[in-house]
Amino acid sequence: MLRDITIGQYFPGDSIIHRLDPRFKIVMTILYIVMLFTGDNYICLGVGAVYTFGAILLSRIPLKMFLRSVKPLLPFLIITAAINLMFMNSGDVLWQWKFIKITDGGLNTSVFMVIRIVLLIMGSSLLTYTTSPITLTDAIERLLSPLRKIKFPVHELAMMMSIALRFIPTLIEETDKIMSAQKARGAEIDTGSFTTRAKNLISILVPLFISAFRRADELATAMECRCYHGGEGRTRLRQLRSAPRDYTALALTVLFLAAVIVLGRLF
Amino acid sequence: MAILETQELTYTYSVGTPFEKTAVDHVSLKIEEGEMIGVMGHTGSGKSTLIQHFNGLLRPTSGKVLLDGKDIWENKEKIRDVRFRVGLVFQYPEYQIFEETVYRDIAFGPKNMGLDEAEIKRRVYETAHDIGLSEELLERSPFELSGGQKRRVAIAGVMAMEPRVLILDEPTAGLDPAGRDKILDHIRHYHERTKNTILIVSHSMEDIASFADKILVMSRAKLFCYDETVKVFARADEISQIGLDVPQITKVFGELRRRGLDFGKEVFTVGYARDLLLRQLAEREVR
Repeated sequence: MLRDITIGQYFPGDSIIHRLDPRFKIVMTILYIVMLFTGDNYICLGVGAVYTFGAILLSRIPLKMFLRSVKPLLPFLIITAAINLMFMNSGDVLWQWKFIKITDGGLNTSVFMVIRIVLLIMGSSLLTYTTSPITLTDAIERLLSPLRKIKFPVHELAMMMSIALRFIPTLIEETDKIMSAQKARGAEIDTGSFTTRAKNLISILVPLFISAFRRADELATAMECRCYHGGEGRTRLRQLRSAPRDYTALALTVLFLAAVIVLGRLF
Repeated sequence: MAILETQELTYTYSVGTPFEKTAVDHVSLKIEEGEMIGVMGHTGSGKSTLIQHFNGLLRPTSGKVLLDGKDIWENKEKIRDVRFRVGLVFQYPEYQIFEETVYRDIAFGPKNMGLDEAEIKRRVYETAHDIGLSEELLERSPFELSGGQKRRVAIAGVMAMEPRVLILDEPTAGLDPAGRDKILDHIRHYHERTKNTILIVSHSMEDIASFADKILVMSRAKLFCYDETVKVFARADEISQIGLDVPQITKVFGELRRRGLDFGKEVFTVGYARDLLLRQLAEREVR
């Protein structure tokens, strides 16, 4: 069902990963992505995997949830693997049919790419699983705040992001409700031929748009009633404060990154 | 035979995640044809989840739902037919309206049933009449109507499928008293005309007392009780213990009894209370 979509879903918890400063977590995730993409041999990837699974273990979120986050991207993974398999022509030819050649080099690269992408998805899911969307946008706002000097609307951007994030579950719930209501009137939405399904989509989209606009309107009024006037002079309820453990975690991540760079040179 | 029956019906949300929650827990009940049933329960008591099983929108985690003695999930392909036989009107149903005219929105369900134009037309006019929408409204855009009118259009959209069981989830929520009475009156007339089975979820004890033959009470995912209205409101103490209320007039008469003025009967509606008191007064004068 729709409510089972997990991208960007937060899993409340109290693990060490949950408690890390979100700003550090974002920086660490960026370093993690760099880590995955600088190492171009299996040893580097192994180090990346150790880092990923170590962090997942510390987060105390079931591994199953991470596998579920990979699932929607499965078609993408298959296409990547297929393209690598068909167009990388290094090494010995294993199998050939007309112009399609499968070589051991190509096989190697596609396996490597798939593992790399799976790790990438799992690692970045960890960020959204352990950080609530609101703290996440807070952190982004803080990290981007130097850009304010060049008149970049950091606060407005962050506010837009938090509102969008905040309303994803609401809209999903709403869609679910409208779908149920139309199904109760016999609309074929997940069954039936392609054309009837497409036609029935209108019966969902129209009410959904109407309600989205209504909500936006109500939210704007509610914000104005509470004298919202943008980011100027606004203070925060939750101040972000870094603790020694944040620096330890960052140091550890840098260490892993360094290891990957060194190992990448050596082998 | 009962028209609708559940056997050990259980439903668990989000199995295998930290949000796992059993919303309906081993509920077994039988609903007889032609009954008017009030459904009560707190927010989160599982009543909305329960009613979504009656027309096959949700599939039980375990247990069965029987319609006319047949398991509705026996043949998955036929589940759409179940939805035509058991009509479900959701809470705030006006938010599901999408067509350009009132007529077309009411006709959406019958059209999905594959009926011919003439039959659809008959049904739209008949249900519009049943729910108190005048004919000139039918060609208007539903989005120009008032809140109460929109609500009635949405209810008519389900009624037009002529389901044998009609379930309404809080049909009067958010309406003013006049709009509320109007909708309940129309539903009552519809019931008298069609003799169909009707289930109404409501938070208002006064409303439930005024129409229900039987009351179904859900509490913490379990069936708390399911019995005739008289018997359920006679258990006023237990009902208030699970955080629900009995009608105010019942409370008044309960208090009168405690002070030694027993009328020997449970009282649920103001009209009945007035008749009872007048009769008692008349008897005294005779004496």
